[in-house]
Amino acid sequence: MPAAPRRVGLFVTCLVDLFRPTVGFAAAALLERAGCEVVVPAAQVCCGQPAYNSGDRADAKAIARDVIAAFEPFDATVAPSGSCAGMLKRHYPSLFAGDAAWEPRARALAERTFELVSFLVDECGMEEVDARREGRVTYHDSCSSLREMGVRAQPRRLLASVDGLKLEELSAPDVCCGFGGTFCVKYPDISGRMVADKARDIAATGAGTVLAADMGCLLNIAGRLSREGSAVEARHVAEVLAGMDDRPAIGRPARAR
Amino acid sequence: METTSRTFPANARAGLADAALQTSLARFQGGFQVKRAEAAGRLPEFEALRDEARAIKDHTLAHLDHYLERYEAQVTAAGGTVHWCETPADARETILSLCKETGARTVTKSKSMIAEEMALNPFLEEHGIEPIETDLGEYVVQLADERPSHIIAPAVHKTRDQVADLFHEKHSPLGLTRRLDRVEELVEEARHVLRPRYLAADVGITGANFLIAETGSSAVVTNEGNADLTQILPRVHIVIATLEKVVPTLEDATTIMRVLARSATGQEFSTYTTVSTGPRRPGDADGPEAYHVVLLDNGRSRMLGSEFRDVLRCIKCGACMNHCPVYGAVGGHAYGWVYPGPVGAVLTPNLIGLEEARHLPNASSFCGRCEEVCPMRIPLPAMMRTLREQEFSRRLGPAGMRAGIGAWAWLVRRPALYRLATGIAIRLLGAMGRRRGRFARLPLAGGWTDVRDMPAPEGATFHALWRKGRRA
Repeated sequence: MPAAPRRVGLFVTCLVDLFRPTVGFAAAALLERAGCEVVVPAAQVCCGQPAYNSGDRADAKAIARDVIAAFEPFDATVAPSGSCAGMLKRHYPSLFAGDAAWEPRARALAERTFELVSFLVDECGMEEVDARREGRVTYHDSCSSLREMGVRAQPRRLLASVDGLKLEELSAPDVCCGFGGTFCVKYPDISGRMVADKARDIAATGAGTVLAADMGCLLNIAGRLSREGSAVEARHVAEVLAGMDDRPAIGRPARAR
Repeated sequence: METTSRTFPANARAGLADAALQTSLARFQGGFQVKRAEAAGRLPEFEALRDEARAIKDHTLAHLDHYLERYEAQVTAAGGTVHWCETPADARETILSLCKETGARTVTKSKSMIAEEMALNPFLEEHGIEPIETDLGEYVVQLADERPSHIIAPAVHKTRDQVADLFHEKHSPLGLTRRLDRVEELVEEARHVLRPRYLAADVGITGANFLIAETGSSAVVTNEGNADLTQILPRVHIVIATLEKVVPTLEDATTIMRVLARSATGQEFSTYTTVSTGPRRPGDADGPEAYHVVLLDNGRSRMLGSEFRDVLRCIKCGACMNHCPVYGAVGGHAYGWVYPGPVGAVLTPNLIGLEEARHLPNASSFCGRCEEVCPMRIPLPAMMRTLREQEFSRRLGPAGMRAGIGAWAWLVRRPALYRLATGIAIRLLGAMGRRRGRFARLPLAGGWTDVRDMPAPEGATFHALWRKGRRA
């Protein structure tokens, strides 16, 4: 088992911060169980993708410089999102290409940036989790996890160790759910069609829960499922792996106290 | 060609609402994806071949002037003529004058996207020359007076029933007595009608998948053999191609062909590979009396010196659109010009202007499947992003969007203020959404809530909870 990097900077991501703090706590718990010391730098907000993918390169760079400065001190930067981790790992270096001061710093951060679940498996050597969830679940691979971060086997491997859980694969697990950041509000008709296709694929598996590792996809998918009146729950995979799946699923009412 | 790229959102809505189109798209995309995956899986060296193919094109593009001059010299040596044309208008005029010199009344054409770029068919018709498409899909599109909606499957937007109706309507005056509805019958009918047209044509126009510098040859791949008949029967053969189609050697062309057919249709090789070198030589049994190459630039030399050079590696296999969820939802006509799908989202703004086509590079979720399957490894999403950057800096998009991003970025760069503002908003939203867990409508979020609910936030931000030391 490779030695876990000791000090991990948790990049919470703006969507987890705002919509689903549970995922941040689940990520921190999993990292601690893997032997890491978890630090949450206060000077973090967003990776800058909304600006970057809207063509606002200057603002994207300004935000990226703040993130680099905030996370430089750590052995590893870990995000519960393939999309935000991919921004740091794949896009920061190209954003600063040719910048003598910032390119080396961007590259150094990129080398130490990981998506949560793949970090647990590939870097910390985690082989199983101590968690239990009865029933069938399906798993949506986010495009950036799959194609930018090489995450596919790792979440499946850890999910296989969850007591009582049975994974039913989607017929098209590698097809985009239609979120795409600002794409989903700029072209709602197209995005709506894509997420309706995804919801149909999810329903066809017969699973009662859909898991994914990116809050963007999850908000989109959960929102579509509830619009259709579907009983399928949507959760971040970290909630299940950390045993924090006892609170209401994404987009579900708070339980009466 | 006329463009409707400007109205992409409306075009897309029309595509989404077209039930017949949706039936066709679902069937064809699934089929192409499976076939490509199987073909790639059967060839252990497929990934290595992609690298080799890319390297060939990169090398050629880096020395394009050299290979084009070499190509022209070899065409000339074989008895042909190269006509250098900067604009589509130049190319059209050149083709028209060649047709006039021949006294041509009908022209057969094998499939060419470059002919679409120059809107050749309507131009020839205006001048009293009848163009006849010989690729079955192109023939269908021509009969229906439509435009291709896919670069290798031009009539993919039509169902078999629609084609059956079309043939029944258009071929009845030619002697068709009943409505044919089996695919084989329709193919046979098209063949029956086209055969005499091949023989009567005065000029044959083919596109080119490759121009081969070492021999001065052009090569076309087809599955119907129509390029053979188009180029060999008429008195004059005109090849139309753009500059970036040149490769150094025949061997280079065959290397690229190995990834082309697999990426396009999942075939190991296209059924016909048609090579032509100059006009008929003394002693040849057949072939044209004259051989011309109309070599069109139309923006390629400008792109060669720009950040979009890599898209000139494109071999027009169609894999990007076969795997694109946006293309699969809206169909090719929504893109509004010659090239649909991801490669169209990069080429179209470059060729007709970002003002016209600014929607195309925006209408992508950046899912990355196009780049994943592109045999030439063209970084299509990155290029779409570069176009978005140009749109942003030239202020071509909505001002509200730019202002919104600017305000958001300003706030993001001030974490304390951001936390104060978002903390209040999230507490409010959390309280409002507590009972139902979701919002069916939210002010300023119509783009989201028109098609899905907005899940309510849990109610406190992570950073607030973490700071208070509250652990799970």
